[in-house]
Amino acid sequence: MGKLLQVKNIRKTFPGVIALDDISLSIAPGEIHTLLGENGAGKSTLMNVLTGLYRPDRGEIVFDGEPIHFGSPRDSLAVGIGMVHQHFMLVPAHTVFENILLALDGVPNLYSPRKYRQQVQKILDEFALELELDAPVWKLSIGAQQWIELIKLLVRDCRLLILDEPTAVLTPQESARLFQVLTRLRDQGKSILFISHKMREVMEISDRVTVLKKGRSLVTLARGEYDENRLASLMIGEDQIPMWIKPACNYDELALEIRNLSVRNDRGLADLDNFNMKLYRGQILGVAGVAGNGQKALAEVLTGLRKASAGRILAGTRDITNNTARSSYIAGIAHIPEDRKSIGIAPDMTVDDNLIMKNFNSKAFRRWIFQDRAAIHRNAAVKIDQFAIKAGPVGNPVRYLSGGNIQKVIIARELSEQPAVLVALYPTRGLDIGSAEYVHKVVIDGANQGMSTILISEDLDELLKLSDQIVVMFRGRLIGSVDPQTTTREEIGLLMSGEVQK
Amino acid sequence: MKLVAEKREMTSRLFRFAAPLVSILVALFVAGFLLLAAGVNPLQAYLEIFQESLGSLYGLSETLVKTTPLIFTSLGVSLAFRMQIWNIGAEGQLYMGACGATAVALFSGIESHALMITVMFVAAFLLGGLWGGIAGVLRARWQVNEVIVTLLMNYIAILGVDYLIYGPWKDPKGFNFPLTAQFSDAARLAEYFDTRLHSGFFLALFCALILYLFMERTIWGYEIKVIGSNPKAARYAGMRTGLAIFSVLFLSGAIAGIAGFSEVAGLQHRLQHGLSPGYGYTAIIIAWLAKRSALGVVIVSFLMGVLLVGGDSLQLSWQLPVAFSYAFQGLILFFLLASDFFIQNRLRLVRGERHA
Amino acid sequence: MLEILLDATVRAGTPILFATLGAIINERAGIINLGIEGLMLIGALAGFAGTQASGSLLVGVLAAFFAALLAGSVHGFITVQLRGNQIVSGLALTMFGIGTTALFGRDMVGLTIAGFERIAVPGLSRLPVIGKAFFNQDLLIYFSFLLVAAIAFFFYRTRWGLALRTVGENPAAADTCGVPVLRTRFLAVTIGSGIVGIGGAYLSLATTPMWIENMTAGRGWIAVALVIFASWSSYRALAGAYLFGGITAMQLRFQAMGTTVSAHILQMLPYFCTILVLVISTIRLQQGASQQPESLGQPYDREDRK
Repeated sequence: MGKLLQVKNIRKTFPGVIALDDISLSIAPGEIHTLLGENGAGKSTLMNVLTGLYRPDRGEIVFDGEPIHFGSPRDSLAVGIGMVHQHFMLVPAHTVFENILLALDGVPNLYSPRKYRQQVQKILDEFALELELDAPVWKLSIGAQQWIELIKLLVRDCRLLILDEPTAVLTPQESARLFQVLTRLRDQGKSILFISHKMREVMEISDRVTVLKKGRSLVTLARGEYDENRLASLMIGEDQIPMWIKPACNYDELALEIRNLSVRNDRGLADLDNFNMKLYRGQILGVAGVAGNGQKALAEVLTGLRKASAGRILAGTRDITNNTARSSYIAGIAHIPEDRKSIGIAPDMTVDDNLIMKNFNSKAFRRWIFQDRAAIHRNAAVKIDQFAIKAGPVGNPVRYLSGGNIQKVIIARELSEQPAVLVALYPTRGLDIGSAEYVHKVVIDGANQGMSTILISEDLDELLKLSDQIVVMFRGRLIGSVDPQTTTREEIGLLMSGEVQK
Repeated sequence: MKLVAEKREMTSRLFRFAAPLVSILVALFVAGFLLLAAGVNPLQAYLEIFQESLGSLYGLSETLVKTTPLIFTSLGVSLAFRMQIWNIGAEGQLYMGACGATAVALFSGIESHALMITVMFVAAFLLGGLWGGIAGVLRARWQVNEVIVTLLMNYIAILGVDYLIYGPWKDPKGFNFPLTAQFSDAARLAEYFDTRLHSGFFLALFCALILYLFMERTIWGYEIKVIGSNPKAARYAGMRTGLAIFSVLFLSGAIAGIAGFSEVAGLQHRLQHGLSPGYGYTAIIIAWLAKRSALGVVIVSFLMGVLLVGGDSLQLSWQLPVAFSYAFQGLILFFLLASDFFIQNRLRLVRGERHA
Repeated sequence: MLEILLDATVRAGTPILFATLGAIINERAGIINLGIEGLMLIGALAGFAGTQASGSLLVGVLAAFFAALLAGSVHGFITVQLRGNQIVSGLALTMFGIGTTALFGRDMVGLTIAGFERIAVPGLSRLPVIGKAFFNQDLLIYFSFLLVAAIAFFFYRTRWGLALRTVGENPAAADTCGVPVLRTRFLAVTIGSGIVGIGGAYLSLATTPMWIENMTAGRGWIAVALVIFASWSSYRALAGAYLFGGITAMQLRFQAMGTTVSAHILQMLPYFCTILVLVISTIRLQQGASQQPESLGQPYDREDRK
């Protein structure tokens, strides 16, 4: 029983970043091999090398005993390596059939629609997937879309399936279903390379685990040779995870009240549907839910980026429904957006300039119509010190900063006017542990000082650790509320998939 | 062996500076072949260009005369560029500005020189701004592609001016030529050194300075830069992007409109057919070449002025169609875009490996 | 009367139709091409020169196709392989086209050729009202009908068409399916440009069989706007092109009838209508599920880090 895939001393760099330093691992046929590592350890980069998207600077890949080089995704597909990416490789405007058809091998240019529709339908039936071939993909749920990605691999008869954080968008129940399928595929002789940073899943599903840290492969262990603690310490090393003391919330003063709020999108569907919520001063309110159930709409309507079609938002006694973004900020609502790089910063401008993006008009930073650059720079110096931002040389465009530091710039900017409410949308997504911990510290420090936080996250561990109370969103409504001290992941999972509490 | 492109860590400073110059030189080289193919001796032609434009005081003054509208229009276009907005309509906005100034000159009956010039300027500013502003409203309100709108409005503006000068504004003493009556002395800008160089040139330099201060020192310049860098982030920060889009296109058009004012008040002293040989289009090249520098705009405008004056001369001596300068400008752009690639990336020869 | 107007509509709309079809192929693959005006001129001159030199209209059309294809390949190389700014490159192409055709066209001014002649389709050409307009035309017009259907078939019933559409929507998805993204885009740009060139050739070989400097007079820009009106579909491009053909035909009619409205004002009509159409199409685009190829205007770099 030889090795299916061998990776030897792979190195990959990008301008200014060593993504992969010295990676070696091997995968046997018919095994589920997990790649464990925190965000930024190099998992995704390695996968892109294996699927021909990136070219390694050094190192060797041996597939089925033969050294091999991937010039493009075509090459890796040709030997039977397929991948389900974290960001789906689907065309939302095309139908299910069209998306799968393109992935099929050997389809002639003038193809017979009937023949191939039958073929695709057969596979869908085999996995008991209720998907309409002619449905446009944008109509499908994220979980369903991921299944399509998986089908695309299966129709090509891939021998090695790579899954990149597939459970990020699934409820616990859906994840269980996925694991069933993966186990079945493994028993059929296929190999699965599973990427995760979630300890629980790793323990459940892996035959072998390779731990990545800072671009290096530390060790490969087989089932039985590890437990959660060993993996955790390997993954994060000797750094002590500081335990932040979370203040208990008094529930005395209402910071925000949302009554019967509805928000419609351009297709006329309700993103938020009769949403009700109360937020108290100093409270950290966790909002759980599978992405796409209205979280973004909630964040946007609270921060004045979208209009409500019905309902009210009250801050104290003031009605701030349908405020503009600027007046929301003035009313004391700060916002950490979902996608740092694409909507959080002005990438070509300096840290100084980015830090004053929200209050550049204030008298502190200008004299009449001219900007007071000295004052702006002083402000930046203070914030850089306060938030320990690694900003690089003066005049450095902010896009060169690491993800964690960019998030710090955004946080520094948002908190500069001591907001009463912070709306944080997936704030630690894609951050390494150190940076994620920093975000948590900011939230807790804020709670200590009376700031309320609405923490919208898909990381149940994070929510359980930080929140005073966790509410669950489903299809634009708040369908349940649990106490983090007493709830279970299963209970939250059920709510996330829409099972209303009794 | 395979040629592979890799992103550079830091864009090469040397390349960034050299690129515009190299592009122009390479374009000259390639254009030379085109000229050869059309029966024109490129070396002689190029020599003539420089002799005519720089070889004498009069030539230099003519160059500056052409540089003037180029500076205005390029400033306008580059202002829009800073916010990632494509104003392809500088040509039409120039025409509209000229139109406004002419209307005041011919029909207002103002006798005071200072007042007349001021009102003409304001009219040109407003009309050019209106022309750009229409595209601005469409873009701000409905996200209508401003490239196509501003461009089509060029055709409408030129036809509109044609209508006026073939029709109601035609000079009764003009022998039926498509032009208006001449302006009174009150409506003319001062000229210098017995040449056609007029006050418009100095106004253009002043305008460049104002725009520099505006972009680099004011809060509005900051706002424009943020929106240009990331419109979504700007929106999230509470900036009113719709208003900014309209304002920028209005201002951009207004500045191009001043070019029109400068041409009719300072140079031609009437409104006539073929008022502009495509200054508004050349402005796009200049703005792209000069990137974000007002000083760069002035310098590159001057270089283009040299080429245009030379081109005029070549038209006489070699029957080179005036439109040929467009081909040359197109070539410059192509090579500039290609050089942009080398600024961002470096090439590397990779040893061949056995493929799957 | 209606017959004559319809006939004029089809004839006026055909060059715009070819140009729009070519532009649609470009944009479906994700590349914006603002060089349409320049490409049409190149096609017009090459077509005319080719026919002049050889005496054959076919040679002229082929010359137009390949000359425009070649010119378009520069835009393709810069935007696809070099990932250059698509708007600037397209504008450069238009300027280059205007300038070089002015230069090389000097020798062609004043010459004439025997242009395309009408060939009646037996039977169909006797149909009332539409018979003359659609079935008593020249070969290029018949070819344009076929092209509209062929392009639709290509996009929706062939694997290459699906691959091309995917490249325009999500090039990374196409890449992971093994589709050669850069090559596909480059081919789309060059072949699309060639088709645009045929549109230009129609002007100099059929509409007025001669060469005049800048004879496209902005039709290329109307085609760029029509792509949006057509929602990137070849059948709707047909409708759009004939809409413009109709407006142009009516405008010429008015002028011929000698109205009091100035010719200049009348000539504004097509441009003004195009802007109107563009605004309406764009609004509809925002409201409905977007039909614009999602990756339109974005260069593809496989190693782009998210």
